[in-house]
Amino acid sequence: MSIFEYNGSALVAMVGKNCFAIASDRRLGVQLQTIATDFQRIYKIHENLFIGLSGLATDAQTLYQRLVFRHKLYQLREERNMKPETFASLVSAILYEKRFGPYFCQPVIAGLGDDNKPFICTMDSIGAKELAKDFVVAGTASESLYGACEAMFKPDMEAEELFETLSQALLSSVDRDCLSGWGGHVYVV
Amino acid sequence: MECVFGLVGKGFALVVADTSAVHSILLHKTNEDKIMVLDSHKLMGASGEAGDRAQFTEYIQKNVALYQFRNGIPLTTAAAANFTRGELATALRKNPYSVNILLAGYDKETGPSLYYIDYISTLHKVDKAAFGYGSYFSLSMMDRHYHCDMSLEEAVDLVDKCIIEIRSRLVIAPPNFVIKIVDQDGAREHAWRESIKDAPISAA
Repeated sequence: MSIFEYNGSALVAMVGKNCFAIASDRRLGVQLQTIATDFQRIYKIHENLFIGLSGLATDAQTLYQRLVFRHKLYQLREERNMKPETFASLVSAILYEKRFGPYFCQPVIAGLGDDNKPFICTMDSIGAKELAKDFVVAGTASESLYGACEAMFKPDMEAEELFETLSQALLSSVDRDCLSGWGGHVYVV
Repeated sequence: MECVFGLVGKGFALVVADTSAVHSILLHKTNEDKIMVLDSHKLMGASGEAGDRAQFTEYIQKNVALYQFRNGIPLTTAAAANFTRGELATALRKNPYSVNILLAGYDKETGPSLYYIDYISTLHKVDKAAFGYGSYFSLSMMDRHYHCDMSLEEAVDLVDKCIIEIRSRLVIAPPNFVIKIVDQDGAREHAWRESIKDAPISAA
């Protein structure tokens, strides 16, 4: 079994009209065994910036602690929050630092930039950014998620409709993946 | 195979571990204590490679004591869990420890808590957890019978159910178990469940 599939995860982020939504499943497993059904994969960096970390849970926790550290230092020095694009570049750089001994995580970053313009991106475990205008997915259920999101997505959805669409896409995809599921956490900004 | 499991009840947390010290096919002793008392209100049950288990839990115990000496107040359970996770995470890509840990503690402000820490330093706060082959039986038993705020009698009853399940269904089931409890009165041994007693050493 691949190291990325050790704990099981599903992450998805979508863009709406001046808003974004990011969702994850809640299962923490050790291969076939479920350890907990309330595991948090999405973390708030600041009011308008969230990062979800799929893949190996221990690396997700370590990476999150490093990112919060870097962001707090940035806040102290610059006296403002990081823009989502800047944060994405920071995550990419931190992941590439470990090019030959990587963190086994795939982050999904979602934030509101200037003028409330939503920003989403994902990257692989060594920091190759993938920007998208509609949705990004990561985790063991990513193939199902691609299909579900492609079918259900519409541009310029308002917050309530975006929440419904994202939830349905997540739940129907994780139902076909044995390593992720047990509910979902959805954040809409 | 080593069995460690634990659960949180009303105002207390229990950690149960088997007490066999095994090397390959040989059972050295049946009263090996695998649940270390970290400080007055914390328990750390560990399973994994024997040397790593003893050395790592002792290292954490001494560092928890050092913090109390330096700062005059004891660590909270959450802080101790995060410290343990940090040590495991730092060692993970250098010379990793093969120890799975269940850290139970009682804090005056937040009550009892139980933390699951994997050998690859995955940390999660849980109500019930188990490691080893015994986990296949004890987790299912706890899923069926566990509920929030169990009394001590109910919880020990559930623990006994899990032990019976392990003994009857695991092919190389450990003969003896120790149950330790942590509540507002502190961390202490609660009971043993023995089916084999070591023969007493006769005087020379």
